[in-house]
Amino acid sequence: MKNKKKIVLFAAFAVVALFIGGAVSYNYLENERLGFLAQENSEVFVRDYAPRMGAKEPDVYLVEFLDPECESCRAFAPYVKELIKEYQDKVQLIVRYAPFHKNSKFAVKILEAARNQGKYWEVLDVLFRYQPNWGNHHNPQPELIWYYLPEAGVDVAKIREDMQDPAIVKRIEQDIADGQKLGVRGTPSFYINGAPLENFGRSQLKAAIQSAIEDS
Amino acid sequence: MSRFNSSEAGWNLIFGAWFVTLIATFGSLFFSEIMKFPPCVLCWYQRICMYPLVLLFLAGMFPLDKRVWRYSLPLALFGWLIALYHNLLHYGIVPESASPCVQGVPCSTVYINWAGFITIPILSLFSFSIILILLTLFLKRIKNEK
Repeated sequence: MKNKKKIVLFAAFAVVALFIGGAVSYNYLENERLGFLAQENSEVFVRDYAPRMGAKEPDVYLVEFLDPECESCRAFAPYVKELIKEYQDKVQLIVRYAPFHKNSKFAVKILEAARNQGKYWEVLDVLFRYQPNWGNHHNPQPELIWYYLPEAGVDVAKIREDMQDPAIVKRIEQDIADGQKLGVRGTPSFYINGAPLENFGRSQLKAAIQSAIEDS
Repeated sequence: MSRFNSSEAGWNLIFGAWFVTLIATFGSLFFSEIMKFPPCVLCWYQRICMYPLVLLFLAGMFPLDKRVWRYSLPLALFGWLIALYHNLLHYGIVPESASPCVQGVPCSTVYINWAGFITIPILSLFSFSIILILLTLFLKRIKNEK
């Protein structure tokens, strides 16, 4: 009996140790791979066309893969804004899309069309604010966006026209392709100068930005 | 003496089954928590069958409970059936449209493909098969004892 307990304990310990060891080495290798990508292939993170906010010549690029229909992105948005404001001469936010929901692409097209009127961030605010109404997962009603859009102070007719631009579809596809290359599987996903935010959370994001500023 | 030997061998069979469930459990957690592959619906159903087996077998080993198969066999059987279905889906024998995965990750998504044929659903089917075989051997042994 005693031996049996020992065997079972040993087996359990071995499997758990294997799990932890595997996790540590996997994360290490993954970081190395992404670090390499950041140097050799930085356009995977930062495309010229991507919308941005904050410092003009930043020390730190904060890349956020987001989805206007994602609840966590909505919850995180005010905090990201706050951070960019706090570090406005050091950090630049770059928005990439990871349209994982049903109507994400529709919302993204509206967002991109708003750029022609210089109202990108205003429209993003409106989309997030009313997301529970238009992006409810049980009963999504994307047409409701048209109803809320005037609040952002945009010319809605022009947006309807501009969102048909095939260049927007190309950008979305490029974002999806880059996201796949980087292994983006959830939103929001943050990269700080190419390094993924390892533990998701507000204070973690702030800490990662601070340490990137110190390193630069 | 022979009785002692046979229950000893029975313990080894349950230990083997427990070890398989342990590896399968931590393996699937590694895929989802460390490698961040979101599990599809069918994977969840298989997990529901696999995870409790770790604790059931463990409880059945100290001391060896000959009726441990009564509680573990149904779970293993259901898990095996779902794994079988998942593989049929994976290889396109059952079309994806007939699958219950409407939202989220399609169950036919291939995350890993080691050596050209080892995928996550194959690993699952393999684990459930071994557990079923070990439990069948265990049952035979008990029946013989009577």
